[in-house]
Amino acid sequence: MYIPDLLPRLLGGDRRALARAISLAEQGGPASRALLAAVYPHTGQAHVVGITGPPGAGKSTLVNALALEWRRRDRTVGIVAVDPTSPFSGGAVLGDRIRMQPLGGDPGVFIRSMASRGRLGGLSRATADAVALIDAAGFQVVIIETVGAGQGEVDIARTAQTTIVVEVPGMGDDVQSIKAGVLEIADLFVVNKADREGADKTVRQLRSMQRLGAPPADGWEPPVLPAVATSGQGITEIVESAGQHAVHLRAGGGADARARATAEGELRAAVQELAIERLRGPAWDALVAQIAARQNNPYSAAEELLRGL
Amino acid sequence: MERTIRVLVAKPGLDGHDRGAKVIARALRDAGMEVIYTGLQQTPQMIVEAALQEDVDVIGLSILSGAHMTLLPKISRLLRDQQMDDVLVVAGGIISDEDAITLKGEHGIAAVFGPGSNTNDIVGFIRTNAGIARDS
Repeated sequence: MYIPDLLPRLLGGDRRALARAISLAEQGGPASRALLAAVYPHTGQAHVVGITGPPGAGKSTLVNALALEWRRRDRTVGIVAVDPTSPFSGGAVLGDRIRMQPLGGDPGVFIRSMASRGRLGGLSRATADAVALIDAAGFQVVIIETVGAGQGEVDIARTAQTTIVVEVPGMGDDVQSIKAGVLEIADLFVVNKADREGADKTVRQLRSMQRLGAPPADGWEPPVLPAVATSGQGITEIVESAGQHAVHLRAGGGADARARATAEGELRAAVQELAIERLRGPAWDALVAQIAARQNNPYSAAEELLRGL
Repeated sequence: MERTIRVLVAKPGLDGHDRGAKVIARALRDAGMEVIYTGLQQTPQMIVEAALQEDVDVIGLSILSGAHMTLLPKISRLLRDQQMDDVLVVAGGIISDEDAITLKGEHGIAAVFGPGSNTNDIVGFIRTNAGIARDS
């Protein structure tokens, strides 16, 4: 597909153009940047919802259930599901679609699996770009599912407007819940598999953890919602709560701060990519060799490269 | 710029045996490819729609039910309808030599790998043939 044709087709909601555009964004490079620059003015319409939590917590099943509920409310839904890339082969098995089969065949749903391609933090480099493209193609809700995340993978909070942290019963004592990291980024907590023993305790622990601190500065107290994603129990409450959070953000409760944080993240990523692309070359390779041989160090080498920019 | 090869591994039809599909998915992952595994009992429509959304270079179909002469040509037809002829389609499973010749000759299946196939041969075939039509 010829790249200049992509933009009008993408904005018209053409699914194949959207799929190709996401591949282009994953590949990176000048053509990808030109497309994303042209798409940018058409973004910012969708409600971007992030789902994160430990592996096996039921994130994919929850995404499937939430998407079905949004479809019942006549909202179109785009999904970006990220799974890890092998640090050894560079390959990946992306299996999130298995749990999303009930969404197959619905033209109001678009699902894209992405490999993290070496990026830590739960997302891939191009995840935010994929979200922007899906948004520009007219989808009203965009759900991002991160790789199974433990404690430090907080990138999602900079990309999503509403971040849902999924926990399951029996994942550790209550000190886990006051540690820094993922628990701090939640706008909503979901305790999935709430039909299991210990679910009440997990809900109580999360609620009491919140009461240990000062009330949130932006006035949004993250609710703790029990759910059973496989049966659909608790799903309407989550969708409603996410909707209330979007309204809260728009009403001035932190939308600007979020938008600024997202914008800064995007700028930082773009600068990094462009700088590295421009700096790569014979001088770069020579410095890599020097550092490997301990004749130079990464910090002086970086200074040297940036002086030449 | 080198692009990572993306492969959709799918099981059309009703048989519930996906060990072969998982072995292939694993081998392709270890060869540095991104494998989207969609699970059991996929209709041709579901497979083609997933391939479109995922913008894959290759579709790998595992079929053990005997319905391959119905399902595989249908998938090729749907791909043509979507102008996705540039996607490489390979099949594996229990498919007779005779049927394999017909599938390759008349129904756009690029290769058929039966039981006992070496995963290295499959990886090699995909590496050589993926994305040729797409990039030309």
